[in-house]
Amino acid sequence: MVDAILPLSVENAQVRRRGKVLVGPITTTVSETGLSIVMGPNGAGKTTLLRLLHGMERIAPGGQLNWQVPEPKARGQQGFVFQAPIMMRRSALENVAYPLIIHGMARSVARDRAKAWLARVGLQGSAEKRATVLSGGERQKLALARALIRQPQILFLDEPCANLDGRATREFEALLLEIHQEGTRIVMSTHDIGQARRLAQDVWFIHHGQILEKTPAETFFEHPESMEARAFLQGDIIE
Amino acid sequence: MNDILAGLIHAAHLIFTLDADLIEISVRSLRVTLSAVVVSSLIGLPLGCWLAVQRFRFRRLVIATLNALMGLPPVVVGLIVYLLLSRSGPFGVFGLLFTPTAMIIAQVVILTPLIASISHQAIRDLWAEYHDLLISLNTTRRQRILTLLWDGRRALLTASLAGFGRGIGEVGAIMIVGGNIDHATRVLTTAISLETGKGNFSLALALGFVLIGLAVAVNLIIHSLSRTEVSGRW
Repeated sequence: MVDAILPLSVENAQVRRRGKVLVGPITTTVSETGLSIVMGPNGAGKTTLLRLLHGMERIAPGGQLNWQVPEPKARGQQGFVFQAPIMMRRSALENVAYPLIIHGMARSVARDRAKAWLARVGLQGSAEKRATVLSGGERQKLALARALIRQPQILFLDEPCANLDGRATREFEALLLEIHQEGTRIVMSTHDIGQARRLAQDVWFIHHGQILEKTPAETFFEHPESMEARAFLQGDIIE
Repeated sequence: MNDILAGLIHAAHLIFTLDADLIEISVRSLRVTLSAVVVSSLIGLPLGCWLAVQRFRFRRLVIATLNALMGLPPVVVGLIVYLLLSRSGPFGVFGLLFTPTAMIIAQVVILTPLIASISHQAIRDLWAEYHDLLISLNTTRRQRILTLLWDGRRALLTASLAGFGRGIGEVGAIMIVGGNIDHATRVLTTAISLETGKGNFSLALALGFVLIGLAVAVNLIIHSLSRTEVSGRW
């Protein structure tokens, strides 16, 4: 049994670039279970927040991320799906097997597992295809399989459906719900309000790099606390 | 015009009669340059990759220097290698001057910056693409470099072939350190230079055509072996 890395407590974490504060300072907790949706207008800091939690941003002095296990150990228990899926110049199968092979698993075992994951996301027919010729929806599913193959405890997704058509989005969401039911903690950003309504258990509403609201989904959609969230849900442009 | 035609005919004659001298110097040309390309690639490809991945204080300066060294004058390299390898030089005891090994050493000095610089440019673009993924997957620097070298192998092949192109046609450095000694260090380029000096234009041209043919053949063989340009894009 692997040690649980959650809950994650975030203390005063702030990301600055060239003297400008992109996100934070944020103090919050990421609970052990749930499917959280990060919402907010473009440029609010959704991507940076997810990258911050995933440990990909340099946190300004004074802030920190506290996982339940030491940082290096926690890193192997996280997955990340980027907005624009990064396709390695290899076959689809090699793409999915890569995280296992790089962390020391025997090639044949890794390939078998990758095959199983490809089947699971519906790409069994594309295993030997080059990843770069896959369609947008297929790429995103491939990226999902690759992020999940090491069975992370928490999965971050940064607007994974932003460039997908309706059908691909539906399939992707179905997969996410399945994975969540199997116990993976999910934190996903989107600016599609419909998608947030379909998936969210709780919503983090971000504006100007601050978490303005962190409430259960029903509360957020029925009675948003902040003016900004109300305006956002009504479809107004907020600055 | 007549000279060129005569050269072509002479070249055909030399090739079809399997002229022993021609084969000897052609094989030596290939051996020297291919050895130099292999050694330079072993140094230059990982170096270029490392420069793309690693951030350090004088990185820009190092890359700028490397780019400048691409234009290193072969004659000067030859001269310096000559001084290093000559009897009175620091490596004189090895007795390498006027041997094919000395020619390989000189060519390695010329080719390594070229190969490193071209591979750095190719890998830099690939690294920009892979950066977030490889960071997210918690890879070590060594794993990143190996991954980039493997996935960028086609671009790196181009770097090595560019090195081969520069090496096979190079004359200044190998002339100085090799000495153009018959049956010892004479290669195609130095032979052309010698025959031209003697006014033996048709033989010089014949050797020139053989040299060009050789360069084209090596490129084609390597491309077909590595199956580049077979599938649409990669």
